[in-house]
Formats: sequence, structure tokens, C-alpha cells
Amino acid sequence: MPFQSTVGDYQTVATLETFGFLPPMTQDEIYDQIAYIIAQGWSPLVEHVHPSNSMAIYWSYWKLPFFGEKDLNVVVSELEACHRAYPDHHVRIVGYDAYTQSQGACFVVFEGR
Amino acid sequence: MSKKYDAGVKEYRDTYWTPDYVPLDTDLLACFKCTGQEGVPKEEVAAAVAAESSTGTWSTVWSELLTDLDFYKGRCYRIEDVPGDRESFYAFIAYPLDLFEEGSITNVLTSLVGNVFGFKALRHLRLEDIRFPMAFIKSCYGPPNGIQVERDRMNKYGRPLLGCTIKPKLGLSGKNYGRVVYECLRGGLDFTKDDENINSQPFQRWQNRFEFVAEAIKLSEQETGERKGHYLNVTANTPEEMYERAEFAKELGMPIVMHDFITGGFTANTGLSKWCRKNGMLLHIHRAMHAVIDRHPKHGIHFRVLAKCLRLSGGDQLHTGTVVGKLEGDRQTTLGYIDQLRESFVPEDRSRGNFFDQDWGSMPGVFAVASGGIHVWHMPALVAIFGDDSVLQFGGGTHGHPWGSAAGAAANRVALEACVKARNAGREIEKESRDILMEAGKHSPELAIALETWKEIKFEFDTVDKLDVQN
Repeated sequence: MPFQSTVGDYQTVATLETFGFLPPMTQDEIYDQIAYIIAQGWSPLVEHVHPSNSMAIYWSYWKLPFFGEKDLNVVVSELEACHRAYPDHHVRIVGYDAYTQSQGACFVVFEGR
Repeated sequence: MSKKYDAGVKEYRDTYWTPDYVPLDTDLLACFKCTGQEGVPKEEVAAAVAAESSTGTWSTVWSELLTDLDFYKGRCYRIEDVPGDRESFYAFIAYPLDLFEEGSITNVLTSLVGNVFGFKALRHLRLEDIRFPMAFIKSCYGPPNGIQVERDRMNKYGRPLLGCTIKPKLGLSGKNYGRVVYECLRGGLDFTKDDENINSQPFQRWQNRFEFVAEAIKLSEQETGERKGHYLNVTANTPEEMYERAEFAKELGMPIVMHDFITGGFTANTGLSKWCRKNGMLLHIHRAMHAVIDRHPKHGIHFRVLAKCLRLSGGDQLHTGTVVGKLEGDRQTTLGYIDQLRESFVPEDRSRGNFFDQDWGSMPGVFAVASGGIHVWHMPALVAIFGDDSVLQFGGGTHGHPWGSAAGAAANRVALEACVKARNAGREIEKESRDILMEAGKHSPELAIALETWKEIKFEFDTVDKLDVQN
């Protein structure tokens, strides 16, 4: 049965929205995405949530949105600080766009357990 | 100043050709491409269009003198050559605001593209663009939610949304149909869509479809942890039936319904859009019949006008063509009317086919939907052309995957995210499309197989309706 031998089984995966279907990013790749957020003029924002509640509309802010922050290293250190404080939580980076009141970018950087 | 009644037939240009007129901010402006019968002067043709689409009748009538017709008449204020075309010309016509009922697109179109299109002095006539004045725009309801609200409701950020139409488009039972929806959504799509032909046929009544689709959505949301939706087509034989279907979709907790705005009509569309805003429902708009009206380069209505009318009548997503797929659409023109859907101000730009500055004020934006004959190889071009505020829909490009719809959906999702990631990282995704997709395929067998399946498929036919340019 040549047909059956070529058909694979697709297993459903639980994902966390944007970039959920890509392999985990390297540190450099994450930096590229944060640099994009800053270059667009958006405010970086770090949010986190316990994995049992990941479909909630509101995740907890880490501190406040970093309005006007242009320094990539500051954003990276805040992401890491959030991850250290909540090691079992999902942590995501958001590019907050005040003009559209929307998020120009949003993806999970650290997956909780 | 009173006038005397002078019965008989006057030349239109005596009354309706006013080259000195300076249009008011409150005027509704229109640009028509006119092709007159041989021997009829341009000014007469243009004035006839202005007259017949506003206050004029072929003969002078006494009752005109009971009103101030100069206040109400449409005026042709400018004539321009069409680049590269010696037989046609553009006529620019200004209509006073009081000719139109507030918030009624139906009324605007009945006037502007009514009897005048059958007028014998014309061989062809095409409505190329309308500049809606802010005063009229503020009287329209517009999209029930708009792009920003839709993103918040569906929790989709930083990328185009991904969808697909359920196939085969006719003939599946409700349960089988729900199965295909479930497969697509568990594979990573955000939305699935009723085909426009699906209403409530004997093989699948609407209520049965809605129930099985609702089951598919709930299950796929539980399993994937992401928000999902399906455009439930509520286009129906009567408005009452349409509202009944929409109410049931809401009862089932569904996020979005769908309507065909041209076959259904603008009155039905505006009504449904108001219902959607009141009931917190998103509205997807299909455009069946549009090519009958908009494809001929010299006759009919350009799609940019239909798109503008839809934004005013109401809808959160509108089909715009794909540029790269199986259906007609020139890139610059498409970019021009996508701007009309999404931006708050669109400047005049003839290179994109926009004839007027158009200020949309506070009207929310509409997602551009690219659908029809597209597959993974098109993904980089689609992301580059349409940007994030779009819905990319792959029908055959999802269900045609050798492993089935779920794997096809996953292949598209991987390709989409790879393109967005590469774009954000500063890569030129159209130039580097092959590398980006092949790299992504290394981590996804579903994508690798999709790339192999569709590697030779192209739709390279010349566009019938092009922008008017000097050759």
C-alpha cells in the first residue's frame, strides 16, 4: 500500500500563539526580534502567567511597560529578571503600540513548566 | 434670482459642465472613466453623466423652477485624458452632500451608478473612485469592530492571521464538515471559512452545520490552547432568516459570522453590521459577483469603490484578491485599495489608482483577506504585500497536503511564522524566499512535504484590468 506508507500522522500541539510553531529561538534571534520592536517605536512590555492560565486575556505585567525604552540590554535584563522571579511561568515580550492601542509584536520567550 | 420656464431640450453642458467650480469639503466627489459615442464632445458626455447621476432629466421640466436646482445639481468640474488611451477620458464630478441620505451607501450607489450606466450617449462608463466627505463618513456606522478590536478578541498579534475555506465547497454533511474544520484548526489555523455557496442546502442545513462547527472550535481551542473561529455564513434568502442564523451563532458562543455584501446587498449588509456591533460579533465579508462589476477596464465600478463602500457599510474583514494567486489583481492597484480599507488617511496617488485624498476620520480599519489559489511558496510575497493586518487563506493549499488538512494547516503556519520572523530580523523575504522556506522546512516535515507538493504551481496570466499608464 504505497499511499499509506507516505501518509504521516499529524499530532496536535499546544502552542502559545505567534511563533508557537517555530523551534525555540537562539539568544541572537530573540535579540533581533526585540531590536525590531524598538526600531518600530513600540514600547517593550514583559508579561507572565502560570501555564495553567495561559489562555487568559490578561497576563500579569512585569513591573510596567517600558515606555520609550531604546536599550536592548535593558529589555533583555528585565526579561531575565522576570524569568528568575517566576521560573515556572510563561514569560512573553510585547511590542506595545500606543498609536493603534494594540500589540505590534508578541511572543513567548520563556516557557514555564 | 428667478428664472423663466423655457420648455424643450437643452444641452447638458450648459447646466452641468462648470470648469470654474471649486469643490467644497462637504461635496461627494466622483471620478468616472467615460467612453462616449463617436462625435459627442467630451464636455457634453461628462455633463450628461453629472446630470443623469444627480438632478437632470433629458427634457427641461417646469417643476425644476420650484426649487433651487443650482444648489442640488451635480457638476462636472474637470476633464482629464486617460494615459495611454485616446478614446476615453476621466470626468470629475462634485455632488452636494444634501443629495444623499445620511449613512446610506445604498442611496449613494443608486444615484451614482443608477440609470446613467445605460445612457445611450455613452459606449462605456466606469466609476473609478469616490471621495467621501467627512460629513458623510461620520453618518455611517462602519466596521462593527475593526482591526484592533478583532486582534484583542482573537488574541492574535504581530503577524497576519491564517485561515482557509472548507472544501469541497458543496456536498458535505454537517458532521463531515465539522470534521474538516476541526482538522484545520487543530493544525494551527486561526480561522476556517464557509464557502460563499454554503447557505442552507438539502445536504447540510445551517443549524446542523453551526452545531458541528461549534463543537470543532471548542475542541480545537482546548487542545491547542489558542483562540479559534469559523466564519459562519449567515447570508440568506431574507433579512429575517439572516438575523435568525446570526442569533444562533451568537447563542453557540461563536466569535464571527460572514456575509456576501454584493449578492446580499448593501442594505442587508449595513443592517447585519449594526447587529454585529450590538452583539459583539465579528463580521467577515465575501465579495461574490464583484468581478462582474469591476473587471472590465472601461465599464462598471472599480473594486476600490466597492471596498470603500464596504468599509462605510460595515465589515471587519474583506476579500481583496491575492495578487499572486489564481485570481485577477494588479499589485499596485491592490495596495491602493488595501490602504482604503486599513488607513485613517489615504493621499491621492495615481500610481496606486487613488484619485482623491481620502480622510477616514475615526472609522475603524478592515482586515484585507487574501484568498484563492495560494500555497506555501507564495507566503513570503503575501507577507510582504499584505503586511500584518491581513488574513491569508489557503484552501487547496491546506486540504491538498498529502497528509491531510491538519498537516497542511501546520505547514502554512510554520511558513507564515518563519516569514514574519525573518522580516522582523531585517531580511528581504521576497528575495530570500527560497532560503527562508527551505530552512523552516528542516524543522517541520509538514512544511517540507508541502514545499515539495506545490513546487511547480504558478498562475502567470496577464492581468486584464491594469492601471491606466502611458505605454
